[in-house]
Amino acid sequence: MELSYREALNQAMREEMRRDQRVFLIGEDVAYYQGAFKVSKGFIEEFGPQRVIDTPITEAGFTGLAIGAAMAGLHPIVELMTMNFGIVALDQIVNNAAKIRYMSGGQLSVPLVIRGPGSAAHQLGAQHSQSLEAWFCHVPGLKVIAPATPHDAKGLLKSAIRDPDPVIFIEAQLLYGTKGEVQEGEFTIPIGVAEVKRTGQDVTIVAYSKMLLLVLEAADALSREGVEVEVIDPRTLKPLDLQTIVASVKKTGRLVIVEEGWYFCGLGAQIAESVYATAFDYLDGPIRRVTGEDVPMPYCRPLEDAAIPDLPRVIEAVKSLL
Amino acid sequence: MVNMDTADLLSLYRQMLLIRRFEERSAEMYALAKIAGFLHLYIGEEAIAVGAIASLRPDDYVISAYRDHGHCLARGSDPGRVMAELFGKATGLCKGKGGSMHLVDLPRRFMGGYAIVGGHIPLATGLAFANKYQSLDLVTVCFFGEGALPSGQAHEAFNLAALWKLPVIFICENNRYGMGTPAERAIALYGDVAETARSYGIAAESVDGMDVLAVRSAMQRVVAQVRAGHGPWFIEATTYRFMGHSMADPAHGHYRTKEEVEEYRKRDPLTLLKSTMMAQKLADEADFKQLEREIGEVVRAAVKFAEESPFPARSDLHADVLQE
Repeated sequence: MELSYREALNQAMREEMRRDQRVFLIGEDVAYYQGAFKVSKGFIEEFGPQRVIDTPITEAGFTGLAIGAAMAGLHPIVELMTMNFGIVALDQIVNNAAKIRYMSGGQLSVPLVIRGPGSAAHQLGAQHSQSLEAWFCHVPGLKVIAPATPHDAKGLLKSAIRDPDPVIFIEAQLLYGTKGEVQEGEFTIPIGVAEVKRTGQDVTIVAYSKMLLLVLEAADALSREGVEVEVIDPRTLKPLDLQTIVASVKKTGRLVIVEEGWYFCGLGAQIAESVYATAFDYLDGPIRRVTGEDVPMPYCRPLEDAAIPDLPRVIEAVKSLL
Repeated sequence: MVNMDTADLLSLYRQMLLIRRFEERSAEMYALAKIAGFLHLYIGEEAIAVGAIASLRPDDYVISAYRDHGHCLARGSDPGRVMAELFGKATGLCKGKGGSMHLVDLPRRFMGGYAIVGGHIPLATGLAFANKYQSLDLVTVCFFGEGALPSGQAHEAFNLAALWKLPVIFICENNRYGMGTPAERAIALYGDVAETARSYGIAAESVDGMDVLAVRSAMQRVVAQVRAGHGPWFIEATTYRFMGHSMADPAHGHYRTKEEVEEYRKRDPLTLLKSTMMAQKLADEADFKQLEREIGEVVRAAVKFAEESPFPARSDLHADVLQE
């Protein structure tokens, strides 16, 4: 069936909340407002205020509360209105959620999902347009997922909710309205498994979340010029499915990594290093990265456009390797 | 009314003595480099952990900050496994991965020591939330120092606890110093720190944290209220740490005088209870000598167990990052 990304997330949470009483949704305006981006539409009616919980604007406080509830055996879903506000809760995420299993020698678990939109939308300014996935990926004890399609969003969110460890689940404001085919009935997608979104033999492109859509568009354009790119969406950023990426690189000998986050210490740097370390001899040229510019996101449209990867830059990067 | 039952009072004294002697031996072991890193001793504050935890059920939750040995021992954890954790041994409560500041004993519902000041207070509200969510009549007790009180996370937690009437008891151990900074230079409402909680609509009171019977008596009343579903409670327990903030600094130093420490030592919680019992002729010197012998043996055995235990294997390094 065709669903929007937003509807797919809604279904995933709804199915899991029906299946498991321990699962509840907590965050700013998730109940009566139905979520800032309407992801929890209809939840308060179906599950009531005991399980769909509006919070005050205190990300550290309610994220910490959710971690505590998870330690006591519940399976909270924390909705951050945007991932930017996760910075306010970073102490809880990094110092508590990520470390509690390890520090306790395996006695405690934190089965928790923290989800919300990352990356830029349109002209939201510097504090609401950040791609922070590299920050979360850097921390041992966290899993990080950033699906691009409604099908992946549904299957991976269900897996995240069932996971025994803390999962950062990064959506995108500009993806919520996008539509795609979603498998009927009950299904999950395993965490840590990439998918080849388009096959080709000339160049491999790795991209995730919103950037996947850009890259698929670039692949179409390149195909018209006779260049066939293979597009891989890791879907899960940590643990990363390096095997699938490397298998493709062995075939094409060329790799471009596209991400919206900042260049320096970005996720692409890690992916590139991992590929160099395991498949250097298969590369016919340097790995190219297309990233966000190292600037706070500007407000005005021309500069914002300049700060984010676009079609010409992706196409140029691919052609530079041929 | 305080129940003056000899066996009961001796049991409280015994627990405080265990913490006192355990901490003294920990300090020695630190000096011998058997224990490394940070070591924050609970000496002087024993009456709070013992009095508060004595009023709990075994299935209630307890969570603490980094000065956590006392709470863990008062909860009934095996002193050998606690000492082994301080030594970083595989037999420690947390297999040597937590250390002094991060003791956890899940079977005793001791949910951990946490070392970012104020950062565990929201966790306490979460434990309480889970109990309320599941309609369990459990309470959660959260210990923290007065140094955590001005932190934003404490305030966010107080607001949520009050807003949602969570069954949590906040125990502020006011030992007057956040490391070297006196509370009057750190907390705007220092004159009455319980007022901080009251401003959120949380019932709050102050208790003499040197008097184990006063602490227990207050807690018994408060636990009953909170267990009955009347929302959170805040207790300020006034106390004093007789040692430095950690093993890295001396008992007094530049920020407080030797005379001040000596003055507070006159209200040593162990001496206070012992004097009460002696005055009421509920026990004599021989009883206390016997307890000293017993506890001495327990602590000696704990150190021996820690000494003789192996360090974790290097192959354990990556275990428990995620569920295997």
